Amino acid sequence: MNETPIFEDVSMTKDDDLNSPVEPVDWRLPPRGVVAVICLIVTESSLFMIFVVAYLFYIGKSLSGPYPSDVLSTPVIATICLLSSSLTIVLAERDFERANTGGFRLWWAGTIVLGAVFLALTAAEWSHLITGRGLTISANLFGTTFYSLVGLHASHVIVGLTLLALALILFLRGHVRPEHGPRLKLISWYWHFVDAVWVVVFTVIYLIGR
Amino acid sequence: MATREFALTTGTGTLSTATLRLHDLVVTTDHKKLGLMYVGAGLVFFIVAGLLASVMRFQLVTPNNGAVSPQVFNRLFTMHGTTMVFLVGMPIIAGLMNYLVPLMIGARDMAFPRLNAFGFWMFFFGGLLLYFSYLGAPGITGAGSAPDVGWFAYSPLTARAFSRGHSTDYWILSLLLSGVGSVVSAINVIATAVSMRCRGMTMMRLPLFVWLSIVTSFMILLALASLSAAQIMLLLDRFLGARFFDTQAGGSAVLWQHFFWIFGHPEVYILIIPAFACLSEIVPVFSRKPIFGYPIMVAATVMIAFISMGVWAHHMFTVGMTSVGNTFFAASTFLVAVPTGIKIFNWLGTMYGGKLRFELPMLFCIGFLFQFLIAGLTGVMLGVAPFNWQLHDSYFVVAHFHYTLVGGFLFAIFAGIYYWYPKAVGRMLGRRLGIWHFWLFAIGFHLTFDPQHIAGMLGMPRRIYTYDAGRGWEVYNLISSVGVAAQGAGIVCFVVNLVRSYLKGEPAGEDPWDAWTLEWSTTSPPPDYNFETLPVVRSRRPLWDLKHPEDPDWRYE
Repeated sequence: MNETPIFEDVSMTKDDDLNSPVEPVDWRLPPRGVVAVICLIVTESSLFMIFVVAYLFYIGKSLSGPYPSDVLSTPVIATICLLSSSLTIVLAERDFERANTGGFRLWWAGTIVLGAVFLALTAAEWSHLITGRGLTISANLFGTTFYSLVGLHASHVIVGLTLLALALILFLRGHVRPEHGPRLKLISWYWHFVDAVWVVVFTVIYLIGR
Repeated sequence: MATREFALTTGTGTLSTATLRLHDLVVTTDHKKLGLMYVGAGLVFFIVAGLLASVMRFQLVTPNNGAVSPQVFNRLFTMHGTTMVFLVGMPIIAGLMNYLVPLMIGARDMAFPRLNAFGFWMFFFGGLLLYFSYLGAPGITGAGSAPDVGWFAYSPLTARAFSRGHSTDYWILSLLLSGVGSVVSAINVIATAVSMRCRGMTMMRLPLFVWLSIVTSFMILLALASLSAAQIMLLLDRFLGARFFDTQAGGSAVLWQHFFWIFGHPEVYILIIPAFACLSEIVPVFSRKPIFGYPIMVAATVMIAFISMGVWAHHMFTVGMTSVGNTFFAASTFLVAVPTGIKIFNWLGTMYGGKLRFELPMLFCIGFLFQFLIAGLTGVMLGVAPFNWQLHDSYFVVAHFHYTLVGGFLFAIFAGIYYWYPKAVGRMLGRRLGIWHFWLFAIGFHLTFDPQHIAGMLGMPRRIYTYDAGRGWEVYNLISSVGVAAQGAGIVCFVVNLVRSYLKGEPAGEDPWDAWTLEWSTTSPPPDYNFETLPVVRSRRPLWDLKHPEDPDWRYE
């Protein structure tokens, strides 16, 4: 981009010696992708906040069972999987920066596997709750808020997994070059956000709500 | 790009110019075209919603009038409110921000041009979906029509049992769609204003319009997501049998009100802050003075945004909150008047001692100042919880928010259109028709909404489809309905002016108002790339510096 100052004559006036503001030599602004992803995370946080508030507000207000204390068991393995996937994606990014393709592939694929295991465990938990315990979204307020909050989060995990898988496929086909590092970083930010939301969801549902 | 143009030009034998133009509008990612499409679509919806309001005023002109049935009346006020907020206010502010932000910061387009087009089409088809409800909502059972639950769709009225057919579903889905459009457009505006500024355009040199666009976009991010969340819950209730707002299963109808107004109150600031943004650009130019108190204006805007997130329950004083809740929300409501008052004083401070030029944009700005002040004062009155208990859901409230949205928002938007039309079209809007528009619309506005304050204090509730004679409301309703005719005549002048000036208005030139921000440094209308060479700025008024090299602004900033 050729940024010839069109107002050059202004700054070149002879008598502005003392007060002339010195322009920054390099004019750097935050990358637009970073700003956009931060904005996306802000708006998603607001979305989740409303669901979390609904969950907290309806704790203990169900008129009939099943109640959380009867049917919920802490999803330890799923939580470990999802939280550790934040670590593997950081390792993947590090290997990408070091141009270690083998390491990147391994850690990035590992992140996808961990996310997929989390989803599978959530599915198993839902299946058990629905068929084994009779807890459906219409059973009571607990079912309503539980499935909608966990489901909203799980749908974000699915979006994250899609992005991760897309990046991996493009990488394996040789379309991801070193200059795409910042874009991979944006995917990882989204993934960290999904993990952070799980910490909140986990706390609300399994620690406070039970 | 080259191949596409080739394909089209080879086919010109069969394609008419109209088809080519239409094709261009559909595929465009240019921020200026999208901006104008937003404003144009918003104005079309404005006329539709205005006609709905006219039918309501016609129904209320005399007591016991039977022009429309109660059911139709419910649909009228629901569609009028929903359209005006989501399909008029939101696209017009999105259009202004899209058109002006890149030009004002010396950029060639938005940060994400394709996302921009996506946002527009989401809004547009969302709007069409809302109106398609007249045909589609009856469904197989034939039980529904257009939405009739009010623009805030209070629960449990929206439950399956009370809202048969699909009218409420159309309300939810169309607003979810246009909400996605608003959010992506807000993300785009923030990313553009932060990341695409030309050399030297530091944050504290941004035109106030851009600053206020950033703040209002940030509020869209927070508020629209809350509405989407609540609407998703309502969808789950209606389609999957969830119990969020099902009072028989222990659910809370009041929770919907909280969720809706957590969106709904910031929403009115989302609309009015771009109106402030127009004022902050126009008033200085027509007072021939820089804006008074630039940093304070920025700070006041951020304060308004911050406080407005914590005032929502002043819409709910009568649902029976605790006295602590009432006190908190009354206090926060008073608090938001402080930064708003600061802004009014700053515009007055800008005008004070200036060489005022009463061109059309300035007339509408002055109208705004008077009317928005009154709107703010009745707002503070309604913020007093005991006073609110008396007047809640009365015509006093209707008068109050129409004062903010018509007397405030709309006047500022008209000012903005008169101010930037020459830039967008290259021709001036005619002065004579503009004066007619201003006076007819201003007089019509006051005739319509001033008496509603009194009708409200005399106890007339909002949303009633008729009323008995002898309650003392007749004369106020009559005047109110007569005012609509004057407003309509004003709008006709406006539309005729838009079309006529487009065809044969006086050529505007680059800078008809002798203004100071970067959009006036390029041609009218600007070329696709906006600026031949990207500008470099050294002060808040780069064009002043250019025109007055002997006394540039940056010496003092």
